[in-house]
Amino acid sequence: MSLTQIRPVAQHQSPPPTPGRAKLWLHRFDNKTIPYVLISPFFILFAVFGIFPIIFNGVVAARNWRLDDPDRTGWAGAGNFTRLLQDEDFWNALGNTFGIFILSSVPQLLMALILASLLNRKLRATTWWRIGVLLPYLTPVVASTLVFSVFFNRDSGMANWFLSLVGFGQETPLDWRAEKWSSWIAIATMVNWKWIGYNALLYLSAMQTIPKDVYEAAAVDGAGPWRQLWQITVPMIQPVVVFTVILSTIGGLQLFNEPMMFDENPQSASGGSDHQFQTIAQLIYKVGWKDLDMGYAAAMSWALFLIILIVAGVNTLLTKRIGGDR
Amino acid sequence: MTTFANRAPQDTPGSWKTYLGLTIALLVAAFPVYWMFVIATSTDAAVSQIPPSVIPGGEFLNNAREVFTLQQVYFAASLINSFIVASVTTAATLFFCSLAGFAFAKLRFRGRNALMVVVILTLTVPTQLGVVALYIVMGKLQWNGTLLAVIAPGLVSAFGVFYMRQFIAHAVPDELVESARIDGANTMRVYRSIILPAIRPALAVLGLLTFVMAWNEFQWPLIQLNGTEFPTSMVALSDLASGNYVIYRRVLAGAFLATVPLIVLLLAGGRQLVRGIMEGAVKS
Repeated sequence: MSLTQIRPVAQHQSPPPTPGRAKLWLHRFDNKTIPYVLISPFFILFAVFGIFPIIFNGVVAARNWRLDDPDRTGWAGAGNFTRLLQDEDFWNALGNTFGIFILSSVPQLLMALILASLLNRKLRATTWWRIGVLLPYLTPVVASTLVFSVFFNRDSGMANWFLSLVGFGQETPLDWRAEKWSSWIAIATMVNWKWIGYNALLYLSAMQTIPKDVYEAAAVDGAGPWRQLWQITVPMIQPVVVFTVILSTIGGLQLFNEPMMFDENPQSASGGSDHQFQTIAQLIYKVGWKDLDMGYAAAMSWALFLIILIVAGVNTLLTKRIGGDR
Repeated sequence: MTTFANRAPQDTPGSWKTYLGLTIALLVAAFPVYWMFVIATSTDAAVSQIPPSVIPGGEFLNNAREVFTLQQVYFAASLINSFIVASVTTAATLFFCSLAGFAFAKLRFRGRNALMVVVILTLTVPTQLGVVALYIVMGKLQWNGTLLAVIAPGLVSAFGVFYMRQFIAHAVPDELVESARIDGANTMRVYRSIILPAIRPALAVLGLLTFVMAWNEFQWPLIQLNGTEFPTSMVALSDLASGNYVIYRRVLAGAFLATVPLIVLLLAGGRQLVRGIMEGAVKS
């Protein structure tokens, strides 16, 4: 009797746990699984379109892989890489890339430091100055390079007009695209123009975190603004300087847009009549999508990847060394 | 001299030299864009004149009409496509990155810290070097030559996740999330009614940066859309500038048209852009 009496009670009690269990399950699902659901789009998309291609690039580099002839396939072993070592175009492009990189990164970061120190004052209309120096960063490189093409035009360009004002190039106007050195300067000018303001803002934000008493303590030496900048400010913002050096190394060694659009015929990807300003990124594009040789283009990408790693490492060490000495 | 250096630079009022330097910097920054406009409004004769003219002419509408009516360049379509690519990329980046940033900042789950380290490491991967293999991947998906192939790789960004995580961690107090939980709000409810309203400024910053980058992207769209009837505006510009005889006033009218949307963005959201870039620097 007592059992039967208990049973109905138990049955009576059992319905409430059912929705409770569902709720509990939902709650557990919400706690345990939802976080992974929220982060999964990033990881899935980045794995498929970011990481996998970089790894797969290694496979492609070790194979014959032609877009025009799918039958010519199979392992090439180190073939693509040994070919790379003997490829004059590659070494030429490597030299161009480094030349333009040095001409663009060093002045870029120095000018950015100076501009940042100018912005790091008590100014009227502070924000507007900052917005103003950001204009080049926003302007599409494709569009601005076209303006610079007019600027560096041989016959009616403003650059040659300036040169003639100070007494150069009146007889034979300088053809900026024709020589390595002049085309490098022209392209480096465009890169500098685009990135000085952006880097200045990075430096400025770091400068504003420097404790004010650092300056007050140093004032005993009677340091003027110029010495103040190089002896106090720059060493204090060294981490950000290292960061911008790495950024500009990664960006500079992959330079593509400027040399592409500076060409008289941008679609050719040849980097001038004699490849005088063809960069590696441009050569990869040409080998891959003009010569349709994906295997070789992939090998070049890997080589560039290695070069970037090495140069970024060396530059980081150098920057730290220079900063540490001060 | 000593009194001058006594103060921190940010407390020192700018001298006339400071303003002179800044004015020169601003002129250098603005001149190419201004000159783009000048040439876009000029006649052929004015473009080749020496010394160069720096005053706008009255031919902009003519030049623009020529750009739009050119065969094989598809300039009008390209502007629309750039809008589609940049808007979809921006919307997706904001959505996915704010979700992930929310999870990393406010939810507890196993492997959270390790996964966040993975995100930070991916910040340094130069994905551009994978374009050859990415093209093959898109080929397997049958997406080559479509807008989808241009858009897909940009839907998320490691920087976006990182930026959102930092912002949410600082801007939303844990107690607010806890008390909503106690009131019975589930995770998505917390995201919608607490996180989203609090992160509007960060969404504006990340949205602007993403839109600008997507709009200006050149290499990958060129690989995908060159020779199609639906290029992005950067690809169309490279087409416009190719050929045996380049007409500068026409090319730069196109360049100017493709730059105007970004100038509008700079004027409307310059403050946010500046803040975004400066905050990103401090945190990374």
